[in-house]
Formats: sequence, structure tokens, C-alpha cells
Amino acid sequence: MKSKVHSFQEGLIAGLPLVIGYFPVAMAFGLLAKTVNISLLDSCLFSLLVFAGASQFMALDLIKAGIAMGDIVLATLLLNLRHAMMSASLAVRLTDVKKRWLPLLAFGITDESFAVAAVQPGKLSVPFLLALQGFSYMSWVAGTVAGYLLGSALPVSVKTALGVGLYAMFTAILVPEIRKSANILWLALLAGMIYAANHFFTLLPSGWGLIAAIILASLAGLLLLPGKAREEQP
Amino acid sequence: MTSHLPLILAMLLVTFGPRLLPWLLLAKRPLPPLLRRFLLYIPYTALGALIVKGVLEAPAAMTAATLAGIAAAAACSWYRGGLVSSVSAAIIAVFLLLSYQ
Repeated sequence: MKSKVHSFQEGLIAGLPLVIGYFPVAMAFGLLAKTVNISLLDSCLFSLLVFAGASQFMALDLIKAGIAMGDIVLATLLLNLRHAMMSASLAVRLTDVKKRWLPLLAFGITDESFAVAAVQPGKLSVPFLLALQGFSYMSWVAGTVAGYLLGSALPVSVKTALGVGLYAMFTAILVPEIRKSANILWLALLAGMIYAANHFFTLLPSGWGLIAAIILASLAGLLLLPGKAREEQP
Repeated sequence: MTSHLPLILAMLLVTFGPRLLPWLLLAKRPLPPLLRRFLLYIPYTALGALIVKGVLEAPAAMTAATLAGIAAAAACSWYRGGLVSSVSAAIIAVFLLLSYQ
């Protein structure tokens, strides 16, 4: 049994790329919020209370386009249904957790923190998740403030290059798993192909497209992959 | 400037709700093996879809650079580079591509 201090440190180390990766993206959010004429306080509240990158950027777009509040909220809900699947996937792997921690841990679920936590071998612990999520949250909020106050000073190429960092991170999380098992390559490829097919034929809006790709590819995995594969984490 | 507090609070509800409900419903309950397997597959299908989303939704001028960044990260992590070095490799690749094209 690992000590709690140890897993808190592990959470910090696992979360370092998120802390580094979130800051510039949050800066972009702060910068953009300022150009859409949102107050510094509201921009901070977005990052403090909503803490969802894609949703926050979408909200800025929709506010700029003058879309009604109800529609923005509905779009946000659709975009965030994927977190319900991710949260369910993590809940299965968390044992011996006191109920009072659950709201805090649930609040910290993002695509990125989920991706890092999901590929950790074995059971997940509360200190690990708190460190992982807590520090990336702080980076997200700090980045928002920094972007609002001084983002306009950065050259465009630097800002754009930093934005690609998030997808590089997803890739760097996925590739080592693919090295371990070809099944994982098939699952990821299939989901990517379903997402791309939906994108090109515009069958569903983007938020639903992501949900459909995740559900359909995982279901296909149940049917096509051998039952024992990855059933038990080492 | 108008206050966006009502919108922010409503968005808090619809982001926090989907994150919280499964924890309350699923924690400490044994799952049917098939559902368990389905949930274990989700990280990989989600990552696959998210990476493709990043490439497809990049602005047209950024598609090549985004692909280059992802390729750099993939190569670096295939040869056992850690997360930070893989992400740094991607950012440097994109920055160089944008600076010299």
C-alpha cells in the first residue's frame, strides 16, 4: 500500500504536462474574452466555476454571435455529456473513497485530466487525483488572468504553437498504450474514423459526434476484441 | 459591459452535472463485466476521437502544422519520451513550421 504523500507527489508529476499545457490555452481564453468585451471578473468566474476549455471557448463564440443564453447552455450540456462517460469510467477504478471527496474530484474531470488518470495502472487514489486536478485547475485560472492582462503582447506564432500542445498531449498519452497492445490502436483508430465520418458528412453536431464516436467504437470493441483484453489493469 | 453571471452559473450546472452524476451512481458498486469492459475501452476511443477532432477542427492554414505537431509528439513518445518532452517537441515543431513557411 502506497503512502498518501507518495501518491500526491505522483499526481503532481503526472499533472505537470497539464499544468504546462493548460496555461497557454487559458491565456488564449483570457485574451479572447477581453476582445469579446467580457469583464476580468466574469472571465475569471468562467475559468473558476465552469473549468471546461472547449465549452468556454464555444461560449465566447456564441456570445459574440449574439446567441440566446438558453441555447448556449444547451450546447454546453451536449458538449459535456462526454464527461459523464469519462467520470463513469474513472468511478469504477476508485476504491475506498469518502463520499465528501466525490464532488471535488468530479469537478476536476476534464478531457486532459481524465486522459492522464485513465492510463495510470492499477487503482486510483484520492490524493493522486486531487494533485493532478488541483494543480491543473490553478494553472487554468492563473492562465486566464495572465491572458486577459498581458496576452496581447505575445506573437501569434507562439500562441498558435502552444494551442497544438493539447493534441500533442493526447497523442503522447495514447502512443505508449498502443505500444502495449494492438487492440488499443484499433479502438483509437475506429473512434477517430467514426468522428471523421461524422465530421465530413455532418450527420450530428460536433459535441454529439464525439459522444457517438466514443460509444460506437467502444461497443465495436466489445463485439470484436477478445474478452479478456485489458479487462484487469496490472 | 454586461454581467454574464447567470450564464456562468447555468454553465456550471451543465458542466458539473455530467461530471458528478456517474460518481454518485457508480462508486463502490460492482459492475457487470461487459459494462466494465465498455468503460475501460473509453479512454482509448476518447483519445482517438479527440486527436482527430483537433486535426479536423484546426483552421485550414493550421492543418499541416497541427499534423506535424501530433506526428512529432507520436514519434517522441514512441521512443519512450515522457509527456513533457513529447509536448515540447510538438510545440517546437509547430513553431518552426509556422516561422519558416
